[in-house]
Amino acid sequence: MAAAHESAGPGKGLLGWIDRRFPLSVLWRSQVSEYYAPKNFNFWYYFGSLALFILVNQLVTGIFLTMSYKPSAAEAFSSIEYIMRDVSWGWLIRYMHSTGASAFFIVIYLHMFRALLYGSHRKPRELLWIFGCLLFLVLMAEGFMGYVLPWGNMSFWGAQVITSLFGSIPVIGGGLVDWIRGDYVIADATLNRFFALHVAALPLALIFLVIAHLMALHEVGSNNPDGIEIHDHNDAQGRPLDGIPFHPYYTVKDLVGVMGFLVLFGAVIFFAPTLGGLFLESPNFAPANPLQTPPHIAPVWYFTPFYAMLRAVPSFWGTQVWGVLVMGASILVLFFVPWLDRSPVASVRYRGPIYKVMLAIFVVAFVILAICGLKPPAGIYPELAKVCTVLYFAFFLLMPWYTRIDRVKPVPERVTGHE
Amino acid sequence: MSNDRVDRGAHGVLHTAAVTAGESLLPVEGVEEVDHSRRHLLTAATVGIGAVGVAFAAVPFIASWEPSARAKALGAPVSVDASKLEDGQMLKVAYRGQPVFVIRRSKSVVAALGNHDDLLADPKSEDSVQPDYIKASGADRSRTPDYWVGYAVCTHLGCSPLGAFEPNNPYQVQGTDLGQNWPGGFYCPCHGSKYDISGRVFKSMPAPKNLPIPSYTFSGDARIVIGEDELPKSS
Repeated sequence: MAAAHESAGPGKGLLGWIDRRFPLSVLWRSQVSEYYAPKNFNFWYYFGSLALFILVNQLVTGIFLTMSYKPSAAEAFSSIEYIMRDVSWGWLIRYMHSTGASAFFIVIYLHMFRALLYGSHRKPRELLWIFGCLLFLVLMAEGFMGYVLPWGNMSFWGAQVITSLFGSIPVIGGGLVDWIRGDYVIADATLNRFFALHVAALPLALIFLVIAHLMALHEVGSNNPDGIEIHDHNDAQGRPLDGIPFHPYYTVKDLVGVMGFLVLFGAVIFFAPTLGGLFLESPNFAPANPLQTPPHIAPVWYFTPFYAMLRAVPSFWGTQVWGVLVMGASILVLFFVPWLDRSPVASVRYRGPIYKVMLAIFVVAFVILAICGLKPPAGIYPELAKVCTVLYFAFFLLMPWYTRIDRVKPVPERVTGHE
Repeated sequence: MSNDRVDRGAHGVLHTAAVTAGESLLPVEGVEEVDHSRRHLLTAATVGIGAVGVAFAAVPFIASWEPSARAKALGAPVSVDASKLEDGQMLKVAYRGQPVFVIRRSKSVVAALGNHDDLLADPKSEDSVQPDYIKASGADRSRTPDYWVGYAVCTHLGCSPLGAFEPNNPYQVQGTDLGQNWPGGFYCPCHGSKYDISGRVFKSMPAPKNLPIPSYTFSGDARIVIGEDELPKSS
């Protein structure tokens, strides 16, 4: 601590006063202005900071929504209409929140794809990746429970379908479902507890995980599109030759990303807040009705790939638990990617054709699964979902083999793409 | 400024003094004879007891998620007196917010139940929501063939089907032709799904499954307790 004070200099005025009591300047320098990030970041590196930006948007708009929302089965739906019609600017705050939810998942999916593209999950970033997977898991719970709160008919039946999944677990299933719902049907108790989790418990978990994610990132340093370690080549002061300080270089770059994002975000909020029933489904504009199922129950788009995998698995031996297990495994397998990937190189730039083809197939399969999950299980969609479920798992489970036999290119010593 | 420096210096002095005092309390030879296994045992015991305490403390929080006393009261089993039902008559009761049919079936209707299996989507109720003893009863789908109990909720979109119990009467539901050889059963007015009188859905209907059946049991000859597999031992 004493050394930190000395390096911080004597310090004058208010900042000096603070620095002698709290390591403000030390943190600023070590984490921002003297945190060296690779200088070859590209478009794909916008999405981490964008995710943080959206998290702040969700927290701020969410806090203001709770000021007018009533978490009870009798009042929830009308309190949403009250926010939309009577609260000043309530419609904007709500659409910022609902569009923010979808934007969050778009950004996170692209952020995860970036990791698979450049090998950001690989040693020494395994724990960074695992914190990210946990964040994704908590975000899914947050999204699901948030979707129940408006207490529209799709909220109700979506909750009905998803909580029923736990009922397929042998022996404890029935009791577990009642425990989750707090009643024998989706009811006031369910809504109330989902509200508590959505506004308090899960956001806290998200914030702590984001801090852990960033601490792990700053411990090991950022990966880059070449997938090589910039700290292998330092100057006399121990600063990476291919690194530039996060501030001002990447704070300014990320600001450009935020501007671009806000253009798209604003366009959706102001001109297409439901995005044709994709971000807000039309049955949710009718209040929850336990006696009237919507014609077709589909989750919001960001869950549909996993929902499609759930439906793709037929029930056999008298139970539907297999689909639930496959859906759980589709998330769980993500945690193991750092150890499934056996390639000698990290970045797709130096990987061989097999990885490129497998990654492309994986992305296409994921998108097709998302479409299948939106459609009723009729026509070609059930068969398509089955094929794509196999492809989804093939990408991960065959990874130890195809990454090992793949032909790789020589990796450069220093980052490329500039003189 | 200078005050701060003095403070920091003072801290340094205090810190050194504390370390010296701490060292002086321990005999120099004794430092090397710390009993680590005893220390580990005590640490493990403390952690273990602490974990047990946390587990006990967690019980109320986990239990608070169970259906509350109010939810249990509202979801309590419903007792129905079916003794006044004549053959072909129906009672509709509410159980946990959903309508439930209780129907008295005549011997001839029950006897004919096995005759139209080839018209049904799931004659053995393999894919239906029901207690095991209902599935085991086969075409009856009941605990005693005279009474049929089941949810009045169409498995298509949750409408409530209508009773159309008279066999071979195609016109008993206004504006609908149930077809010749109608065996008696239910007709959903919303999208035209047809079920037989055991709630088994016909082939090529909008509804995918047979009508679900709740747990129920008999208390006496014609008193039906819906929501209970067996009568509680005490009664």
